[in-house]
Amino acid sequence: MMRRDHCLRILAARVTDQIVVPVFQAAFDWLAIKPDGLNYTAVGAMGQASSHALGLALGRPDKRVIVLDGDGSLLMNLGSLVTIAGVAPKNLVHFVCENDTYEANGGHPIPGAGRVDFAGLARAAGYRGAHDFADLDTFAARVDEVLHAEGPVFATLRVVAGDPAPQDFAALHSLEARRAFVERLRAV
Amino acid sequence: MRIDSPAAGAVTATAERIRGADILAAVRRAGIATVVSVPDIVTSDGLLWPISRDPSLAHVRVCKEDEGVSICAGLACAGRRALLLIQHTGLLDSVNALRAIAVDYGTPICMIVGLQGLEPDREPPRSASLGVRVVEPLLDVLGIAHARLGARGDEAAIEPAFDRAYRDWMPYAFIVTRPPV
Repeated sequence: MMRRDHCLRILAARVTDQIVVPVFQAAFDWLAIKPDGLNYTAVGAMGQASSHALGLALGRPDKRVIVLDGDGSLLMNLGSLVTIAGVAPKNLVHFVCENDTYEANGGHPIPGAGRVDFAGLARAAGYRGAHDFADLDTFAARVDEVLHAEGPVFATLRVVAGDPAPQDFAALHSLEARRAFVERLRAV
Repeated sequence: MRIDSPAAGAVTATAERIRGADILAAVRRAGIATVVSVPDIVTSDGLLWPISRDPSLAHVRVCKEDEGVSICAGLACAGRRALLLIQHTGLLDSVNALRAIAVDYGTPICMIVGLQGLEPDREPPRSASLGVRVVEPLLDVLGIAHARLGARGDEAAIEPAFDRAYRDWMPYAFIVTRPPV
């Protein structure tokens, strides 16, 4: 099992001009680690990150789009795996931080906690590649392969919470953040 | 919140039915090049099948309508205009996504929504079907501007409404009251 913030620091070291769509706790961690990136945090409703990412990937095929999804979130929009695989955007990388809980909603277990194979679901849906990481050294060794593979590619990150990051929900959904993202994306 | 004339989309036996080709032409004039859809029997023959055969339109088939709301939002942020073509049942299923993404965020989600089950001789608010008659009041409560597409000529409202949606970053919904021919 890996600490989520440790995973995200490894990822952040590789992120330059990619669009990143993080959700909930991964978003708070990510914004603390990489606040100056092309971060799209306004996904509006739980589960929708991967669908926003698909729209961004279709709208900007010249950019890589990285989703930092949650396991509870993905369960609310499992059909998006099939939709994404059907559209098959080459520039979409879909990470799921699997901690088996609704961390932002009291820490209750997700349905099927410990039994759901998210990478297996993505593979069965038709993603071009699907990976499952539970060891930080292995993830560090293979993250470039995941990030540069032809998409859609999927990776489960089996994580526990790390150091707590500030939880600013208003900032995630703020008009200023959305405007800043759109303006920055237009410029690059 | 309806901004068309009260007669637009009226369900009458005498009005000539709207043509799917005219709707699609208006959609293209609005600069829309991507259609995100879940099949709907009202718009299937007149709109969705022609869209699926049109190489000038990118067509994204989604499993569930709220996915489509988010895909259109991502496209909008990337500078691309899109149409969400769904059935009213899918709109009802997507209320939270529409509330958050389209309304709270102020995102140009442009929709054409088939009103499945509307009786031929009734206006939508007078339908015997609860699911049908709540659609327009629900859009009013959400603050989503809307108009009807039913009679030939109604399509004239599409281009200005979708242009305004993208100019002002707001959602808009057209409700299809009769199957386009």
